Amino acid sequence: MPGLFAYLVVAALVFAIGLFGVLTRRNAVGILLGIELMLNAVNINLVAFARWHGDVVGLLFAMFTIAITVAEVAVGLAIVIVIFRVRRTIDADRLDLLRG
Amino acid sequence: MANALLVLGLPLASFLSIALVRPLRRRGRAAGWVGITAMIVAHVEALRTWLGSARGTVILPWLPGDGGPMATVGLLVDNLSAPMLVLVTLVSLLVQMYSLAYLHDEPMPSLGRYYAYQSLFAFSMLGLVLSPTYLQMFVFWELVGLCSYLLIGYWYTRPAAARAALKAFWTTKLGDLGFIAGIVMLWSSTGTFEFDALFRMAREQTLPLEGLATIMFLIYLGAAGKSAQFPLHVWLPDAMEGPTPVSALIHAATMVTAGVFLVARSEPLFILVPGVLALIAGVGAFTALLAATMACVESDIKRVLAYSTISQLGFMMAAAGAGAPDAGFFHLLTHGVFKALLFLGAGAVIHAVGTNDIFRMGGLWRVMPQTGVIFVVGTLALAGVWPLAGFFSKEAILAGVWAGGRPGVFSVLALTAFLTAFYMFRVVFITFFGRGHPHGEAHPHEPPWLMRGPLWLLALLTVAIGLRFAIGGGGEHRPPAWLAALSLALAAGGFGLAWAMYGARWIPVEAVRRPLAAIDFLARRRYFLDAIYGAIYRGVMLGFARLIGWIDRYLVDGLLNVASAGTLRAGDALRLIQSGQAQDYVYGVAFGVLFLLVLAQWWRTP
Repeated sequence: MPGLFAYLVVAALVFAIGLFGVLTRRNAVGILLGIELMLNAVNINLVAFARWHGDVVGLLFAMFTIAITVAEVAVGLAIVIVIFRVRRTIDADRLDLLRG
Repeated sequence: MANALLVLGLPLASFLSIALVRPLRRRGRAAGWVGITAMIVAHVEALRTWLGSARGTVILPWLPGDGGPMATVGLLVDNLSAPMLVLVTLVSLLVQMYSLAYLHDEPMPSLGRYYAYQSLFAFSMLGLVLSPTYLQMFVFWELVGLCSYLLIGYWYTRPAAARAALKAFWTTKLGDLGFIAGIVMLWSSTGTFEFDALFRMAREQTLPLEGLATIMFLIYLGAAGKSAQFPLHVWLPDAMEGPTPVSALIHAATMVTAGVFLVARSEPLFILVPGVLALIAGVGAFTALLAATMACVESDIKRVLAYSTISQLGFMMAAAGAGAPDAGFFHLLTHGVFKALLFLGAGAVIHAVGTNDIFRMGGLWRVMPQTGVIFVVGTLALAGVWPLAGFFSKEAILAGVWAGGRPGVFSVLALTAFLTAFYMFRVVFITFFGRGHPHGEAHPHEPPWLMRGPLWLLALLTVAIGLRFAIGGGGEHRPPAWLAALSLALAAGGFGLAWAMYGARWIPVEAVRRPLAAIDFLARRRYFLDAIYGAIYRGVMLGFARLIGWIDRYLVDGLLNVASAGTLRAGDALRLIQSGQAQDYVYGVAFGVLFLLVLAQWWRTP
């Protein structure tokens, strides 16, 4: 069984990959996927620490996060679909209505 | 004390009811009768206060301070304020009655306004007279000034009246600045505004004398502004733009005497500073002479009376300065009666003829004999003819000045007494005798009873006061006999010259004018004082205003403009940062968090 440190490294890697996806993907769906990765990195952390401390509260938090993630993806995808209907594109570079 | 409070309260009640009850104010005659009724009762109460023996002070705390009240208010009834109450209420009452007839052409709402002002004025003046402290006196002093402004500017649609009102306000305000500065300085050195306490300190010689001369000079400045002493006298002739009854009330009988009253009231303090007293006497005498010369060449009947008022105020001030404030105060009372008489008489003439110019009158004796008799009585009193009231008070002043050891002031006043008789009889001869003039549309006639009643009453009073002193012997210190002879001779001389020039026309006017050409030239132009003030106003005041205007426009506004322009520019520049793309913001957040994490780590391990 690997130690806590290994889990944390994996979580950090997953988080970094997710962030990279959020920052570089031009496709809105890709950005949502990046967000999913980042959230799951957090979940890995929560579960690892729960195990390390022998405390189930961390697990509970992980369950919450998963539930919220589901809701977030549902809302996020709905928004993406609406944007696509209105703008005929989901390219993040061209969604710049707030440009100063 | 209850009487005095009633005297003070009634005009206030009348003012409040006229000012606040709109239907009453819009019905001017009703408002007039309210004011008159209040003044009748107030006058009766004033008489009872005067004749009664109740004298004393009531003082209540007003402004709280450390260790006792900082300032107090109250009522002070003594032998100075009691007769003053009678004079003020009497003249106010008669003037209000007279105004009802004099202003019968006024629209009713504006007549209501007039009576509200009149009542407020009576209240303020009575409050001033009854004040037991300098601070309370100052408050009423300013109220009186405000009423004067309102009443001079009563016909505010006339530019001359509006200007005259402003001029009166600002000129007296200049003196008032000195007054308030003086009483504040007095307070800071003694810790009290109360007359009683201050006079006690003066008696017991515990009053700090350091700086007292400056303080008393500043207080005198206030008196000089109100009582139209040189060089602050310029407002009084212009104040004649107000209705004639107002001139009689405020600018002859009551308000302008407030300055003399103040000096008489503060006498225990003034005698500690002989230098200021000498100044008061000198300025008073100079004012008296200067105004008398201007009265000699004036052709507006009201302005002649205005200059004569300035001149007589100079007499009173000179007496107060020469150590005879009793004589000055006595002259104040008698002058109040007969000058009100003269003004109201002049008002009757103006009312009948429709002009102020004496050279367009003439021959009025035949059409208005009653007014003529009344006016001559006033003139005789002002000229100082035995046995009228003016004779005794003027003689008292001359005696007081002589006894005070000021021969210079005495001779100036004697010369002025001669001029007084001259210019007053000049008006009488030109107006009532002399050739009749066509009066155009106007048909001169005797005034209605509402105007004639006050006139006769004042005339009778003038004679009665005089007779009372002629029979009663004039009190304890009888002036020397040569003085009576001298002052009668001066009056007779003035009368004779006026008769010879304007009555019989033995001496052509030119023959007198030519040797005195220089004085004539200056007097006709009011000694260029108005021009000098105008130049100072234009040069200094407007220049200063322009400078301030420039600073405001270019420095203050400029600073604000720079600030607003800078904000706009910064906004324009910062606008470009907003790309509107969500990922750019995420970059910001991510690197911001990273930066903060690094920073936290760095701080934690020093």
